[in-house]
Amino acid sequence: MATLTLLGAIRDGLLNEMTRDERVVLMGEDIGFNGGVFRTTEGLQKEFGEDRVMDTPLNESGIIGLAVGMAVNGMRPVPEIQFMDFIFPAFDEIVSEVAKIRYRSGGGFTCPMVIRTPYGGGIKGGHYHSQSGEAYFAHTPGLKVVIPSNPYDAKGLLISSIRDEDPVIFFEPKRLYRSMKGEVPEDDYTVELGKAQIVKPGKDVTIIAWGAMVPICQKAAELCLPRGADCEVIDVRTLVPLDEETILESVKKTGRVVIVQEAPKTCGFASEVAALIAEEAILYLEAPVVRVTGFDTPFPYTLEHVYMPDPERVALAVGKVKNF
Amino acid sequence: MPSTNKEKSKTAKKTSNGSGKKTSYLREDLYRILNDKNVADPKKEPKIDKEILLAMYRNMVRTRLYDERGMMLQRQGRIGFYVPSFGQEAIQTGTAACLKKEDWIFPSYREPGVFLYRGASIVSMFCNLWGNSGDVCKGRQMPVHYSFADLKLFSVSSPIATQVIQAVGASLASKIRKTKELAVTYCGDGGTSETDFHTGLTFAGAMKTPTVFIVTNNQYAISVPLHKQTGAKRLADKAIGYGMPGIAVDGNDVLAVYSAMKDAEKRAREGGGPTLIEAVTLRMGPHSSSDDPTRYRDEKMYDFWKGRDPIVRFSDYLKSKKLWDDKKEKALHSEIKEELAEAVEKAEKMAIPDVTDLFSDVYAEKTQQLLRQEAELLKEQELRGKFENTSEAFPL
Repeated sequence: MATLTLLGAIRDGLLNEMTRDERVVLMGEDIGFNGGVFRTTEGLQKEFGEDRVMDTPLNESGIIGLAVGMAVNGMRPVPEIQFMDFIFPAFDEIVSEVAKIRYRSGGGFTCPMVIRTPYGGGIKGGHYHSQSGEAYFAHTPGLKVVIPSNPYDAKGLLISSIRDEDPVIFFEPKRLYRSMKGEVPEDDYTVELGKAQIVKPGKDVTIIAWGAMVPICQKAAELCLPRGADCEVIDVRTLVPLDEETILESVKKTGRVVIVQEAPKTCGFASEVAALIAEEAILYLEAPVVRVTGFDTPFPYTLEHVYMPDPERVALAVGKVKNF
Repeated sequence: MPSTNKEKSKTAKKTSNGSGKKTSYLREDLYRILNDKNVADPKKEPKIDKEILLAMYRNMVRTRLYDERGMMLQRQGRIGFYVPSFGQEAIQTGTAACLKKEDWIFPSYREPGVFLYRGASIVSMFCNLWGNSGDVCKGRQMPVHYSFADLKLFSVSSPIATQVIQAVGASLASKIRKTKELAVTYCGDGGTSETDFHTGLTFAGAMKTPTVFIVTNNQYAISVPLHKQTGAKRLADKAIGYGMPGIAVDGNDVLAVYSAMKDAEKRAREGGGPTLIEAVTLRMGPHSSSDDPTRYRDEKMYDFWKGRDPIVRFSDYLKSKKLWDDKKEKALHSEIKEELAEAVEKAEKMAIPDVTDLFSDVYAEKTQQLLRQEAELLKEQELRGKFENTSEAFPL
């Protein structure tokens, strides 16, 4: 076991898969010679050559479209979009092409790829280096949506994603890139897609979160305990496919739910989880389901610490449902 | 060998051939082999085996008759939609004839002749028009959105030019694996305004991929004429900006198309990188079965191009070589018509896809959510018996 940052764990996962499978190729802006603007791909071009770690022209639609052709022709591309905020030029290629190729060709063509992209706020990045766009992609049939919250999961989920036969969007919580460290096995291991994890068991209130909100919720749970609420914190890990069972079992046990996301409130993935609970477990609820989210505003710069859910805001929401 | 815009770039303009003569709508800069009397320039005439010449001719006629049948089926209300390629048979056939079976093709939705030349089954293509259980795509797309993985004919999309960059990716994979396969992609003049046209040519130029870009300049994107589409006089000139050779050819001269493509194919195969081919023609039919081109088209221009039918021009050439005659023409037509009639009969009889086909192929394995939705639908079907089809006719 080595202690790695989340960023280091992702690099380790890429290294593992590139060594194991020569079909795995990386492409993106600045990822080759420069090793990526966050250094996630540091040294990989030197190790595997320019054919497998490619610096591409500055064009996101091109990065994804290129990966489509390569995937269709038997490669396992792992394209990087430098910041999730810049993914929108590639939205057509992702939503109209990547997601639909298996379906529209009757299974004749497939498009396995992992689109890696750093997302989320808390790094003073303003509108265009902070957003959380998971809902756009979770709303698109044909894509899988994976968001790790810690180094162990980051490596294991990335390896699973690269080995998956379907396209995966892999959101990397960039706020945690260097701030989050953890034990990561040096060998090959996987974390199964579609399995949530209870990161802290509890009996009073279920807190559901993913990515960078998971450690926030863990801190909130610590705040809540002396205030009289023993919280269970669930890390969803993969939004698509969603592990409904783990969520519903916890809800049936606690009867009280807070769902936390960084993204704006309206039509966010938290709403989907709330709807699932309403459809499948309403008779177990002791209080309304509460969402703690970003606001329905563009992501701010100076006041981002006010905009983003923090442990205190989550704890207040827990208090609200606990004392309903 | 046709010269590309690296060597020359003449401006294109509508020209008058002197006083009292009819206005020509043919650009002066186009690479041509057949002259206005359909006689080949002996200095440029490509050496093509007799069998290939006849296969090309057959494909052009087959494409024309397939398109006619597709339109007829739509007009008779038997299929919902059709996209014909009338007038573009030479471009499709002349390019497809230069490819090897291991090469990749990323087509647009107006290339039935490329599918036919590759050997796609007509029954299977008709099943796609009905979107029935015999359709490779299981009725999941509109008609003419074919997909034949075994023939390396990539699944057709409706969004314009998305395939252009994908072809670059496929050919990059070939280049990395050193397999010598090319990728060829098609789009229209309208497609050259799209992001992914720029994207594809940018990447191909920078990465020197074995890709051939074929722009079928049929002068209209639905109703929008070329001069409203771009300020460029020649679409082939766009190649300059991407660092690759570009050539403009008479798209109704199958020998010129073939020669330009052969040159591009050789360049790509030998590691010389990508080429842009602008094949100039006029779309002789509607954009689709839902479109009425008489609302917007320039009738004089239409009449001009009508006199330059690529099939007639090629047939004249073959006749001059003693390879073709009226008797053979007649026999070919009845053979193809019979083939089409039989295929229609087979395809039309097939049942629609099963309701469970809604849920397969979204992912390699159905998710828990899809399994539940499928079970709910089957339960609903049991309760209500049938689903009434209340769709309106496609308006576009």
